[in-house]
Amino acid sequence: MTVEIRVPALGESVTEATIGQWFRKPGESVAADEPVVELETDKVTIEVPAPASGVLKDIAAETGSVVEVGALLGTIAEGDAAEAGGSGREAPSDEEKEEAPAATAAKAAPSGSAPAKEETGGSGAGTGGRKASPPPALSPAVRRLVAEKNVDITRVRGTGRGGRILKEDVLRHLAEAARPEPQPTQAVSARAPVPPEDAAREERVKMSRLRITIARRLKEAQNTAAMLTTFNEVDMTEVMALRGAYKELFQKKHGVKLGFMSFFVRAVTNALKEIPAINAEIDGDEIVYKNYYHIGVAVGTEKGLVVPVVREADTLSLAEIEKAIADFAGRARAGRLKIEEMQGGTFTITNGGVYGSLMSTPILNMPQSGILGMHKIQQRPMVMPDGSIQARPMMYLALTYDHRIVDGKEAVTFLVRVKEFLEDPKRLILDL
Amino acid sequence: MAEQFDVVVVGAGPGGYVCAIRAAQLGLKVAVVEKRETFGGTCLNVGCIPSKALLHVSERFHEAAHAFADMGIACGRPKIDVGKMQAYKDRVVEANVKGIQFLFRKNGVTAFSGTGRILAPGRVRVAPSDGAPFELSAEAIVIATGSEVATPPGIDIDERTVLSSTGALSLPKVPKSLAVIGAGVIGLELGSVWRRLGAEVTVIEYLDRILPGMDAEVARVMQRELKKQGFAFRLGTKVTALKAAKTTATLTLEPADGGEAETLKAEKVLVAVGRRPFTRGLGLEDIGLRTDERGRIPVDENFQTEIPGIYAIGDVVPGPMLAHKAEEEGVAVAEILAGLPGEINHEVIPAVVYTAPEVASVGRTEEQLEEAGVEYAAGKFSFMANGRAKAMGATAGFVKILAEKETDRVLGAHVVGPMAGEMIHEIAVLMEFGGSAEDLARTCHAHPTLSEAVREAAMAVSGRAIHS
Repeated sequence: MTVEIRVPALGESVTEATIGQWFRKPGESVAADEPVVELETDKVTIEVPAPASGVLKDIAAETGSVVEVGALLGTIAEGDAAEAGGSGREAPSDEEKEEAPAATAAKAAPSGSAPAKEETGGSGAGTGGRKASPPPALSPAVRRLVAEKNVDITRVRGTGRGGRILKEDVLRHLAEAARPEPQPTQAVSARAPVPPEDAAREERVKMSRLRITIARRLKEAQNTAAMLTTFNEVDMTEVMALRGAYKELFQKKHGVKLGFMSFFVRAVTNALKEIPAINAEIDGDEIVYKNYYHIGVAVGTEKGLVVPVVREADTLSLAEIEKAIADFAGRARAGRLKIEEMQGGTFTITNGGVYGSLMSTPILNMPQSGILGMHKIQQRPMVMPDGSIQARPMMYLALTYDHRIVDGKEAVTFLVRVKEFLEDPKRLILDL
Repeated sequence: MAEQFDVVVVGAGPGGYVCAIRAAQLGLKVAVVEKRETFGGTCLNVGCIPSKALLHVSERFHEAAHAFADMGIACGRPKIDVGKMQAYKDRVVEANVKGIQFLFRKNGVTAFSGTGRILAPGRVRVAPSDGAPFELSAEAIVIATGSEVATPPGIDIDERTVLSSTGALSLPKVPKSLAVIGAGVIGLELGSVWRRLGAEVTVIEYLDRILPGMDAEVARVMQRELKKQGFAFRLGTKVTALKAAKTTATLTLEPADGGEAETLKAEKVLVAVGRRPFTRGLGLEDIGLRTDERGRIPVDENFQTEIPGIYAIGDVVPGPMLAHKAEEEGVAVAEILAGLPGEINHEVIPAVVYTAPEVASVGRTEEQLEEAGVEYAAGKFSFMANGRAKAMGATAGFVKILAEKETDRVLGAHVVGPMAGEMIHEIAVLMEFGGSAEDLARTCHAHPTLSEAVREAAMAVSGRAIHS
């Protein structure tokens, strides 16, 4: 039995919605009342529950398309997966299976065959939803484009026969995905004339390439993201105690000093897993959520700030993180970092504390959506839970985030979780 | 009591017999009504098949007479025994025709001999040449009666001096001279047959080019090639009078837009100005089915006529008058009648001209693309640069592929050369899948083959042919 999923009533005066996200793919099983697709309207985003249990057979409207109230979204084959799995296969056999009963009906009235054709004719012409059966092999030109331009083929919509991806589909995808060039307002604002007695005391030094690049990227960040900074403070007592107790053993066993950065990196990756929006980036009109954690650690050098990336930071031990950072720092100062080592980061940590900064508002390292600023640890009188006042080693934490995709609540929560991890490192062991 | 069928197909030509077999495969009870003694319609009996047989023989003869010596084969001057050639042709036709008989039997299609007439929806009357007429009852009727030779006004085809393609296929000896009226596919093919066997051939065409409708460049190249073979062309010329005596015909020719007249004498005249849908005797007027100004029956996208339950396919409905187009429609209708979706892709119907060199095309011509305002890129490759063609001594011709400029999607292809009719199919498949020229260019082609020229033409679309 095939059950239709249709757009429900969306509320007063709301007649249409945009398909947000399909939570299930054709071929996957769904339970009755389980949200199966998300619809977005101007006012609200709602989830459409599956009207029955079974297997999602096909999707009639894809993500991004606009549908009206009552429109067909997809169909569910009621029953177990095996039964519906068969009909999920290629279009021709699908049609023949579906049409067998129709054939006997049509025999009696050949003129009635026209409507039967209309109903299922769509699949023949390749219209309607894409079938989930293994995608047909990519054509040579498509393979070439994918290789040349590093295309994520899963994001390309195929308009060819049977949903095949044509060369023109990839070309169209590339044209759409090309991010608009950030328009730096290189307003050649002429410098106001300087009186000669001052001009004589000026020294002009050409900006290095690195400096120019840093300047450009900082402006790009400011011109693109909706940057806000939220603050919190962390009591470093426990981390410092931990360090104090084990630093010699750590150095002896791992051959590297136990600093603060590894704790911060660990706290950050844990918090990022809870607040994925901060580990995401915007690409065109899509949010790219990344299920990997490459943490950039800013290193100051004579020439400027560089940010090598500790890849898969969530899988590394504290010792491995410390080693990686030490290695990066050394090579950064010697100017021997490789380009790829500075690419692909998903989040950045910067430490102004080493220079004495108490509080600051770091600028995002585009296209990332968050950056954590660490600062100077300073003893401050703090009111303890029991009301007494003690001197505690405190650090202000700053999180600058892209408000376009990170909500205030998410940003604040992220910082709170980082604080919690650091103030009670035992949580890291217990994964709390 | 009329015998009851699901479908009665009137006409057993390529459209009709294919429709019948497909319908039977899908489980319907099918009857076919054919007025000719043998199945296969025009195509098998007096069209595609016999002409291909004669073209084959005449091409071999011509090769033996002209190309063998150079290759080191010495067999003197070949002679042609037209009687034996005709017998060969008849055997080929018979084999094909018998093949359809076999297929009907194998698929349980009931064949009735006689002229079919539609009395009313669901009722077909069969009038055999001998015996009493009887009625067949059908849920659906498919009209597949094909076409007949079109005769221009003032010209009388006697099949003795003034021939249609039917007569031209059965000549008992090589005419000394043959005047062909019409430079379309049929005129050029049959003209080729007799030219190669020694006749003096003059082709008269109203338009100022041959092969109307085909790509203009193709027409130019073919005209040149046929001229090399000894064809004489009178283009932009009309025939204003034709007097046929027993052993000669005298034609009066005038420039198409008027002017001085001249006469041309020829032993035989072949009238090849086209074909007209054949619906005589079907009784269409009586059941209210009209035909358009060209004699075609209007049908909807399901090939149903204005009368529900009556369908029409092939040469009687609009579209190119090609056997394979009729076959596609036959299959589509059979599937529709069986409750399945049925449609044909009009964009990808290849067309072949069996001259030497052969011509084949699929999709649109450059002229059509220009007229439609489509921006396209063309890739061309000459067979002169193809290794296999050189080894075969058949380097005349080229491959041209037309692709949309922005998307690189292949919109049309035109081939002049050996085996063009076979080579066109890889492009047809590509087009069916919405493929791009680059897809073709990046598909490995065996070496040395003629098809490499197709690949190089695809590469030439983006300016990167290697061998030219």
